[in-house]
Amino acid sequence: MLRVTGLTKTYATGDKALADVSFEVPEGQVVGLIGPSGAGKSTLIRCVNRLVEPTAGQVHLGDLEITALSRRELRRARRRIGMIFQEYALVERLTVMENVLSGRLGYVPFWRSFTRRYPPGDVEKGFALLDRVGLIQHADKRADALSGGQRQRVGIARALEQDPELLLIDEPTASLDPKTSRQIMRLVVEICQERALPAIINIHDVVLARQFTKRIIGLQAGSVVFDGSPEALDETVLTRIYGEEDWTAIRRRDGEDGEDDEDEREREERLAGLV
Amino acid sequence: MATAAEEKPVWRHRTTRAQLTLWAGWLCLVALFVYCWQVMTADTIWAFVADAPRQAADIGSRMFPPRWGYINELWLPLWDTINIATLGTLLGILFALPVAFMAARNTTPSVMFVRPVALFIIVASRSINSLIWALLLVSIIGPGVLAGIVAIGLRSIGFIAKLLYEAIEEIDETQVEAVTATGAGAAQVVDYAIVPQVLPAFFGISVFRWDINIRESTILGLVGAGGIGLQLQASLNVLAWPQVTLIFVVILATVVVSEWVSAKVRHAII
Amino acid sequence: MSDTAHPRVWRRPPVLIRDRRWRYAIYGGALVYLIAAVGSLEVNWVRVLEGLERGWRFIQGFLAPDFTTRWTDISQGLVESLTMTVTSTVVGVLISVPIGIGAARNIAPRAVYLVCRSIIAVSRALQEIIIAILFVAMFGFGPFAGFLTLSFATIGFLAKLLAEDIEDIDEAQAEAVRATGASWWQLVNYAIQPQVMPRLIGLSLYRLDINFRESAVIGIVGAGGIGATLNTAIDRYEFDSAGAILLIIIAIVMVAEYSSSYVRKWVQ
Repeated sequence: MLRVTGLTKTYATGDKALADVSFEVPEGQVVGLIGPSGAGKSTLIRCVNRLVEPTAGQVHLGDLEITALSRRELRRARRRIGMIFQEYALVERLTVMENVLSGRLGYVPFWRSFTRRYPPGDVEKGFALLDRVGLIQHADKRADALSGGQRQRVGIARALEQDPELLLIDEPTASLDPKTSRQIMRLVVEICQERALPAIINIHDVVLARQFTKRIIGLQAGSVVFDGSPEALDETVLTRIYGEEDWTAIRRRDGEDGEDDEDEREREERLAGLV
Repeated sequence: MATAAEEKPVWRHRTTRAQLTLWAGWLCLVALFVYCWQVMTADTIWAFVADAPRQAADIGSRMFPPRWGYINELWLPLWDTINIATLGTLLGILFALPVAFMAARNTTPSVMFVRPVALFIIVASRSINSLIWALLLVSIIGPGVLAGIVAIGLRSIGFIAKLLYEAIEEIDETQVEAVTATGAGAAQVVDYAIVPQVLPAFFGISVFRWDINIRESTILGLVGAGGIGLQLQASLNVLAWPQVTLIFVVILATVVVSEWVSAKVRHAII
Repeated sequence: MSDTAHPRVWRRPPVLIRDRRWRYAIYGGALVYLIAAVGSLEVNWVRVLEGLERGWRFIQGFLAPDFTTRWTDISQGLVESLTMTVTSTVVGVLISVPIGIGAARNIAPRAVYLVCRSIIAVSRALQEIIIAILFVAMFGFGPFAGFLTLSFATIGFLAKLLAEDIEDIDEAQAEAVRATGASWWQLVNYAIQPQVMPRLIGLSLYRLDINFRESAVIGIVGAGGIGATLNTAIDRYEFDSAGAILLIIIAIVMVAEYSSSYVRKWVQ
């Protein structure tokens, strides 16, 4: 379980990115974090694992107060938090398997990671995860030889290789086409269900957020302005988050998406292995 | 002036003021050149200069034909020359690696204290030519191949470290962020996120420097630091011009071959 | 998760050389070479040990340099070096421009191209030191030989880069000027000069910097400049004076680099 209380971040330039943000994410819940660019979404999830140091407030993961940890303890805490990035952030020149195994870096001593001699259990888990995301035959390829959707799957496998208790997901679909975006979102949500993993997904695509998450948090200029179910996300709320705009198109597209969802899903799953 | 504004504007390439500045700049340059020329040639004995074509013809006639038989005495110095360049490059790499990581803004332990020291090492090493380093080292540790290796190594530190730290500063930070987020330690972040990104640049730089070092190590012998330059110095001292010609030919051939090898290797890596 | 058993070991595929035999051959060859090279080193360790004390004195001299004792020699050497640098860069640039234009394949006639390219090749193949030896033999000792050496070396450097720049220019602009019925001279003036001028200024400044560094070297073979002073100081084991000279060289190179990067930004 993740608990964020009174989280505030002011950058050295004086820009206030987050102002007194509080919420809880219980076991197994996937939360969609929406908001306009610059609302502080990416700062918020980076404050959770302290890639960005918060100015004030606390972050608790279970009983552990992450914001109170020393450098060394923070390393141990970070390995419990998996992170998936926009533009994948794979180490392009390493192989797919090395990228997946890099999820174990917080667990193994330096000499093992340097010689790439990981414990058998870690290797087995790596292969199992690659199998799960449908990329086992690409294990020895270099990461930059894969397509966008495939790279994001490797990113997911890397995060899961950590045996995380929480997933932080930063714009997972930002550079993917609509179809691949849906495949990736579906994969993420399924995996979270399988493992009862809580997750925060930073996402700019409102339609995707409503389709795949059970709860949505709306961020505007660093403050939470909405926290509720996707159904409650109506035009007034959207206007409160993003400002005045004609939102009917989004609602219509959303409806169409739902109808042929089952069909498409089957077709996509067959394709997933080939992509 | 009111009428001037109503007149049709005259097109000019530059405004009058810019034009004047430009001319003043050129004038300063010419004046500087003339002044420098005067100072430099104050002690020049023009009789020698006038005599130069005759001298050139004289030396030219003595240089040909080259003394081909001398080649057998050049194999060993040539081997030494290659060793000076190769071992010197390796020595340079050994020291350049930590210096580069200390100089790069994103990997330095301290921007305030360590980085300036690393940058000074780079500037000092780069400003001083390997022949001067050799001159110093011959005087300190005595003539021989070792002085050459150390000289080449000292000169290479700055070159390799400068290009490498620029490459380190240009890496994709998101990859570093991703590896940090897994809970990796500092050494693991370097190994997994930074090294893979700069490795091709590093190999390219090293091979490039090796190529330059071959060139430079051919003349280190002039100051006693081993290699084929020793033979050159000896031949010049006794005015054995046919031998000098042959040495020039051998140096030229070595440089061409090393350039070819370095181009091939760099092509294969990148 | 599927139940099929997954491998429990994984070896990273080799990064550089895929073929196993080639890999062993190349690594083995490199090892043999290293052993042979280190083995053939003849080092007089006694002499090296004796030298350590002198090395320490050099470091002390570098940290506490002596500018005053040999100041007349140092200042004379510096003046020679600096004047040599300026004159040789100016003359070198003036000669490089026509040769660079002549060596650009897209605007020069074939015969001119070949002649200019061979001048560049000769200038690049011979190192400064070797040219300096020849020029000192012809013109006698002193900065004049150094000036000729540096001018000659500048041609190879600058003309080559200039020619490459001209070959890389935007053909569309040249095409547009040609379409107006411009002559060859007008073409060079209107289509090529504006495109390569900033680069030419940048490269000239860079060469100025290189020429100064080289002027410190060619003095060793008698071509004048600060190198001769340095050579004398080291021969006499006057490490504090040598340290002073080296510090001056480093300082001038730093100033030159800093100001040339400033001017280049200003030009572009």
